[in-house]
Amino acid sequence: MLKVSLSGISKKYNGRYVLKDCSYAFEQGKIYTVIGPNGSGKSTLLRIASSLEPPDEGHVTYHDGSSTIENNIMLMRRMTLVFPTPTLFNTTVFKNITYGLRIRGLSRNDVAHRVERVLMDVRLMDKINQNALTLSTGERQRLALARAIVLEPEIIFLDEPTASLDPHSVVIIEDIIRGLKKGSQPTIIMSTHNMFQAQRLADRVLFLYEGTIEADGSAAEFFDNPGDDKAWRFITGKMVY
Amino acid sequence: MLNLFQHLINLMYYKTLKRVQGDSFCVYHGKRDASVKTEFLSLAFLFVLLYVMHDILKSFAEAVGLIFSFNRELYSIILLSLKISGSALIGASLLGVPIGAIVGMKRFFGKGIVISVLNTFMGLPPVAVGLFFYLLFSRRGPLGFLGILYSPSAMVIAQTALAMPIVAALSHSAVASVDKGIRHTAATLGATPFQTVKKVIVEARYSIMAAVIAGFGRIIAEVGAILIVGGNIDGYTRVMTTTIALETDKGNFVLALGLGIVLVTISLIVNIALHRVQGIGVQGD
Ligand SMILES: Nc1ncnc2c1ncn2[C@@H]1O[C@H](COP(=O)(O)OP(=O)(O)OP(=O)(O)O)[C@@H](O)[C@H]1O
Ligand SMILES: [Mg+2]
Repeated sequence: MLKVSLSGISKKYNGRYVLKDCSYAFEQGKIYTVIGPNGSGKSTLLRIASSLEPPDEGHVTYHDGSSTIENNIMLMRRMTLVFPTPTLFNTTVFKNITYGLRIRGLSRNDVAHRVERVLMDVRLMDKINQNALTLSTGERQRLALARAIVLEPEIIFLDEPTASLDPHSVVIIEDIIRGLKKGSQPTIIMSTHNMFQAQRLADRVLFLYEGTIEADGSAAEFFDNPGDDKAWRFITGKMVY
Repeated sequence: MLNLFQHLINLMYYKTLKRVQGDSFCVYHGKRDASVKTEFLSLAFLFVLLYVMHDILKSFAEAVGLIFSFNRELYSIILLSLKISGSALIGASLLGVPIGAIVGMKRFFGKGIVISVLNTFMGLPPVAVGLFFYLLFSRRGPLGFLGILYSPSAMVIAQTALAMPIVAALSHSAVASVDKGIRHTAATLGATPFQTVKKVIVEARYSIMAAVIAGFGRIIAEVGAILIVGGNIDGYTRVMTTTIALETDKGNFVLALGLGIVLVTISLIVNIALHRVQGIGVQGD
């Protein structure tokens, strides 16, 4: 299974550092939550770790067992990222989900049962023939997640997967994430602003502050004692920006 | 006859009053001086109008007759127009859609200038384009050896040049508006660069169709370019717009009007199609 690690990643936008010297080795099969204030670089970190964007300094490396995987389309097809406000295709829910499978050369018959199962998971079975652009915000988010997990990726990056969702949809999505961990066991790296969610789901928590990974730890300990003053003030809501 | 008009005008007067002052006030046959005067003036105006319009109405009726009698001359002209503008549209789309797509998706040096040029060329006066191709194709011009001046080929080329910037510029904005989101999404789902480009174009399909239709709208009704390079030769390069111009000059309004009606109908259809396609693009499939 695929593993990703960052070494000395920096990223500048308009001459300003957005990420500074971030290093981290993500273990395979674990759930990571990345937390931190708005603008601290969470989304940027996820985009760079998933090779959607190159870093300005440092390297992102991918391993499978002991061998390093070269960055090409075959690697890209082993991982995926879901954006916080996903762009859906102007076609049916069904075709949105099958897109990734079709471009991998699978036929409609090959994928039918896979699609059906995923649609059940995200509770969109009754919307299968509806145009995706007419879905509600929560349904869109679930469809985007379905479109990603149907590809059975080995690493999944989720950028605020439950932002602007009602409690019911949050539960659906969290259940899916837990289900993945029990099932195909991908590495899941997600950002969130919901501290309780981070606590509920994560194996490990990363605290990002002004572009650096200020603190990290196992979820069980982190929220009691992050071992970092800024992180403590952030999770207890006492941080003044 | 007069009675009928009077009755009608009374009725109108009655209705107006009713609207203004409410039901109770008004009495249907109660004439006042002022209303008699108004009636007289309205009637006089109607008759003058009818008299003036008589010739036009007559020509109009004959023109409609021409259309429905499937007059051969009329239909061969319509067909030639559609053939020339249709071919030009195919050419303009084959050039314009890829140009628009590339400009929309790629970053390159001078991109801003290319977009400005396309937008400027969208509004080029057809006569100027006609003049340009005339000089190019005239016997002493650089492409004079082709000998295509005053031929349908020259007309197709000139109209291609007219429609291409519109198709390209509108395709560009179509593609640019979906590009970023679709490109990133396709990348996250494992699309190759080629598959990504394909997806961006598919997602922009309705707006691209609208671009093509807009291109057709521009050239089907255009007269300047096609007249200068086509020469309006009877049975060879005479199309709807040039025929209308010529026959109007000659005072033969029937054929001109017939073609005018067809042209307006085509424009109407084009615009309805445009509206629909844009509607679909917004709402989804
Ligand atoms: N393409 C870009 N061009 C310029 N600046 C950018 C770009 N993308 C991100 N930034 C800047 O980088 C910083 C970090 O952005 P990022 O989206 O990674 O933050 P975030 O931690 O995800 O914030 P949020 O919690 O609000 O989602 C911000 O200040 C943002 O303005
Ligand atoms: Mg973000």
